[in-house]
Amino acid sequence: MDDRLKTKFILNVVLLLAVALLIYWGQDNLNNFQIRILNLAGIFAILGVSLNLVLGFTGMFSLGHAGFMCIGAYTTAILTMSPRSKEIIYFMEPINPVLANIQWPVLPAIILGGIMAAVFGFLIGFPALRLRDDYLAIATLGFSEIIRIVVTNTITITNGALGLKNIPSIKSLWVYWLATILTILIIKRILNSSWGYAFKAIRDNEIAAEAMGINIFKHKLLSFTIGAFFAGLAGALMAHLITSVDPTMFRFLFTFQILLIVVMGGMGSISGSVVAALIVTIGMEVLRIVEQPMNLFGVLSIPGLPGMRMVIFSILLLLVILFYRQGLMGTREFNWDWLINKLSTFKLRKRGEAA
Amino acid sequence: MQFGGLTAVSELALQVMPGEIIGLIGPNGAGKTTVFNMITGVYTPTRGKIYYKGQDITGMKPDRITSLGIARTFQNIRLFESMSVLENVMISKHVRLKACLAEAVLGLPRYTRSRQAQKEECIELLKKVELEDVINEPAVSLPYGKQRRLEIVRALATSPELLLLDEPAAGMNPNESIELMQFINRIRDEFDITVLMIEHHMEVIMGICERIYVLDYGMTLAQGNPEQIQNNEKVIEAYLGVVDLDA
Amino acid sequence: MSMDILLQNIANSITLGSLYALIAIGYTMVYGIIRLINFAHADLLMVAAYIAFYGIFLFTLPWWVAFLIAIALTALLGMSIEKIAYRPLRSSPRITVLISAIGVSFLLENLGIVAIGARPKPFPRPEQLVWNIHLGNISFLSLTIIIPIITLVLLAALIFLVKKTKMGMAMRAVSKDYETAGLMAVDVNKVISTTFAVGSSLAAIGGILWSMQYPQVDPLMGVFPGLKCFIAAVLGGIGSVPGAMLGGFVLGFLEIMLVAFFPHISGYRDAFAFIILILILLFRPGGILGENVIEKV
Repeated sequence: MDDRLKTKFILNVVLLLAVALLIYWGQDNLNNFQIRILNLAGIFAILGVSLNLVLGFTGMFSLGHAGFMCIGAYTTAILTMSPRSKEIIYFMEPINPVLANIQWPVLPAIILGGIMAAVFGFLIGFPALRLRDDYLAIATLGFSEIIRIVVTNTITITNGALGLKNIPSIKSLWVYWLATILTILIIKRILNSSWGYAFKAIRDNEIAAEAMGINIFKHKLLSFTIGAFFAGLAGALMAHLITSVDPTMFRFLFTFQILLIVVMGGMGSISGSVVAALIVTIGMEVLRIVEQPMNLFGVLSIPGLPGMRMVIFSILLLLVILFYRQGLMGTREFNWDWLINKLSTFKLRKRGEAA
Repeated sequence: MQFGGLTAVSELALQVMPGEIIGLIGPNGAGKTTVFNMITGVYTPTRGKIYYKGQDITGMKPDRITSLGIARTFQNIRLFESMSVLENVMISKHVRLKACLAEAVLGLPRYTRSRQAQKEECIELLKKVELEDVINEPAVSLPYGKQRRLEIVRALATSPELLLLDEPAAGMNPNESIELMQFINRIRDEFDITVLMIEHHMEVIMGICERIYVLDYGMTLAQGNPEQIQNNEKVIEAYLGVVDLDA
Repeated sequence: MSMDILLQNIANSITLGSLYALIAIGYTMVYGIIRLINFAHADLLMVAAYIAFYGIFLFTLPWWVAFLIAIALTALLGMSIEKIAYRPLRSSPRITVLISAIGVSFLLENLGIVAIGARPKPFPRPEQLVWNIHLGNISFLSLTIIIPIITLVLLAALIFLVKKTKMGMAMRAVSKDYETAGLMAVDVNKVISTTFAVGSSLAAIGGILWSMQYPQVDPLMGVFPGLKCFIAAVLGGIGSVPGAMLGGFVLGFLEIMLVAFFPHISGYRDAFAFIILILILLFRPGGILGENVIEKV
C-alpha cells in the first residue's frame, strides 16, 4: 500500500512537470491567439470547478456565478488601471476621488477581487441559502442581476454601462494556468477533507447530515463563499485577459456557459469540469466558423449565422441532460489507482497471453 | 404539534431515565415519528416543552441537539449514498474535528492527526458491530439489515447518551429481529446509553423494553412495563378494535 | 405630481400589471403541477410575437388570423417542450429538470437570433385594436383598456376551467400528488400536456399584447418579462391562479410607481423586482395567497 502511495506521489509530480513543460513549450511556440484561448480555457476551468463545488458537491443550485465574476473583474480593473486612463475613461461622471489615484500591482488586486466576491458571496448566501433547489436558483440569479444593475448605475465607481478599458494586460500562460492548477489543488484538498465530506453529506441527505451534528447553514455558506471567491478570482483574471469589462459581459448567458461545463463534465467530478472547460472553450472558438459567412468552392455561399454556436451548445446541454445525465465523468475522478489497476491487469493479461 | 389544522401529537408526557430501553408504540399515524422529530429539533412543537438533562431544548436546531448527546436513526434509511461505510460513520465525527479548514487544505499536522484519530475510532466502532469487513464498500450496496445497523453505528459515532431508534426492525424476519434485539441490548451496555425506540414488532418491544409508552391519535394511551401494556384494555382496543359483545 | 400624471401612471400600472398577470399564470400553473420553473415560458412570448409578426408581414394574413395561429402554434410548442425536455426527467432530481428548462430557454433564444437576427423589429398595431383615446387632459392607447379586459375575461375562464370542469379537477388532483392521481385513473400525461397548452396559450396572448403595447420584437424580448412574471407568481403565491393575478398587478403597480415617484433611481427598476422576490422568499415563501408548508421528514 505504501508503495502505491509513493508511486502516486511520483506520478503526481510527473504530471505537474508535464503540465509545466507544456506551458513552457506553449508560451514559446503558440501564437497569441492560441495562448489567449488556452488562457480563457483556464479561466473557465476555475469557474467550472468552483461552480461544481457548490452545485455538484454541496447540491446547491446557484446561478450567481456571473455576478461574482463581475465583482472580481471590476475590483481588479479599478485598482490596477493607471490614474491617467481613469481620467480619460470616466468622462460621463468623474471617478470617485478615493479611487482616482490608486494603482495597485496586479497580483494583490486579483486576490482582492476574489476576496471581494467572497464577501458578497457571504452576504448574499446569508439570506439566500435558507432556500433550496429552484428557489435558490432563481434567488441567486436575481442577486447576480442586482449586482449587474448596481454596477451599471454606480457610475462614479464603475463608469456605468460604458465599462472600463485599458486594464493592464496579462498574456502569459503561466499566470492563468498557475491560478487554474492552484484552484484545482485547493478545491480537491477541500473536497478530500472532512469538510468536503460534510458538503457531500449535505448533498446526499440534508436531514441525515443535520442529525449527525453538521450545521447545514454554516457549511452551505462556507461552500458558497469559497465558490464565490474562485468565481471572483476568475472574473479578475478575465479582466486582465480581455483588458476591458462592461456590465453586459456578466449576463446570465455567462452562468449558462459555466453550467454547461459542469453538467457536461459531470456534476460531482472536478476532472470532468476541467476537461469540459477545455472542450467548451476550444469548441466555442472552433465553432466560430459556423457564424462566419462561408463560400464553398466559389459557388455556394452561406451567410454567417450569429448565435449558431449557442444553439449548438444549448442542444448539447439538452442532449447531455436527457440522455447522458452523468456527463463525461459522472461523479468519478481521474485517478491513478484506476490507471495503475488497468495497466497491471493489462500487463497480466499480456503475460498470460505470452505464456 | 400541529401541521396546518391537523394536530399530530397533542398530549404526551414522556420521561426517560438514564440507562433505560424504552419503547414507543402505537398504530400507524399515531404520531410516533413526529415525537422523534420534535425531540431532535426537526420540528418545533407548537406547544409544550422538551427537557434534556434539565435543559430546555425546545426549538433548538437538530445539529445542536445532536451535539448535546441525542442521536437518532430514520424510519426510511437515510445513508449518505455517495459514500463508503467508513465515510458514513466519519461524518458523525466531523463536528469534533480539532482543526480548521485552512489547516486541512495545507495538510498541517493538527488536522492530519485529529482526522487520523477519528478514522481509527470509527474503524474501532465498526469492528465492535461486525461491520469491519465492509468498511470500504459503498454504504448503499450493503444488504438491508446491515444498512440498518450502519445507521445505528453512525448515530453512535456522534457519542450520544440518548439514542432514538425509529423502527430499527422494520422489514426484518424473526431471526434478524432477535439478532437486532441482542445488538441493541449490547450497545446499551457497552456504550452506556439510553435507548428510546419506535417499533411495530411486538416481540422486539416486549423482549427488550423496560417501559413502554403507547401513543394513539397523538395522546398517551397507556404506559408501563411490557406485562402491564399487554394486559391493558385500552391498548388492546386500539390495536384490535372494539368487540361489541351485545351484538 | 399632477393629477393627470398620476392617473396616467395608474393606467400604465394596470396595463403592465395585466400583462404580468397573464404571463405569470402560465408559470404558476406549470409550477403548481410539476414543481418546475419553466424557464422556456419566457421565450414562448417571443415565439408567439414573431409568429404573429411574420403572419402579418410575410403571409399578409389578417391580424386576427395571424394572432390565432400564433396562439395555437405556441400552445403546441409548449406541449412539445414538455414532452421532449421535461417528461423524460419527471422522476429525476429537480435540479436536473431545471437545467433542462434552462437549456430549452437558451435554445429558443439563440434559434431566434440565428433565424431572425438580434436586431429588434417594429411590431404592427392593427387599427381596429389600437387607437388613441382622449379624456380631458390625458390621452392613452385603447390597449390600456383592452389588455385588462382580456386578462380579466381569460382569468374568469381559467378559474371556471380549474374549479368547475373535470379536467380542472384532474389538474388539481395531479398538482397535489401526481402518483396518487395516476392510481386514481387520472391520465397524468394528458393533464400535464393540457396544463402546458393552457399556460403556453396565455403566454402567447401575453406576448402578442406585450408586443403591441411596447411595439417591437427581438429574440431576447421574453427574458426580463419572463423573470418578472415568475417573480409575480411567487409574490402572489405560486401554484395559485388568483395569486398570480394579484402578484402581477402588485408588481406592475410597484414598478411603475417606483419610477414615477423616484425617477432618480429608475436605473434600478429591473433590480427592484428581484429585491421583492428575495424579500418574499425569505419572509413569506408561500406568497401573499399561498400556504407555507412544512416539509415532511
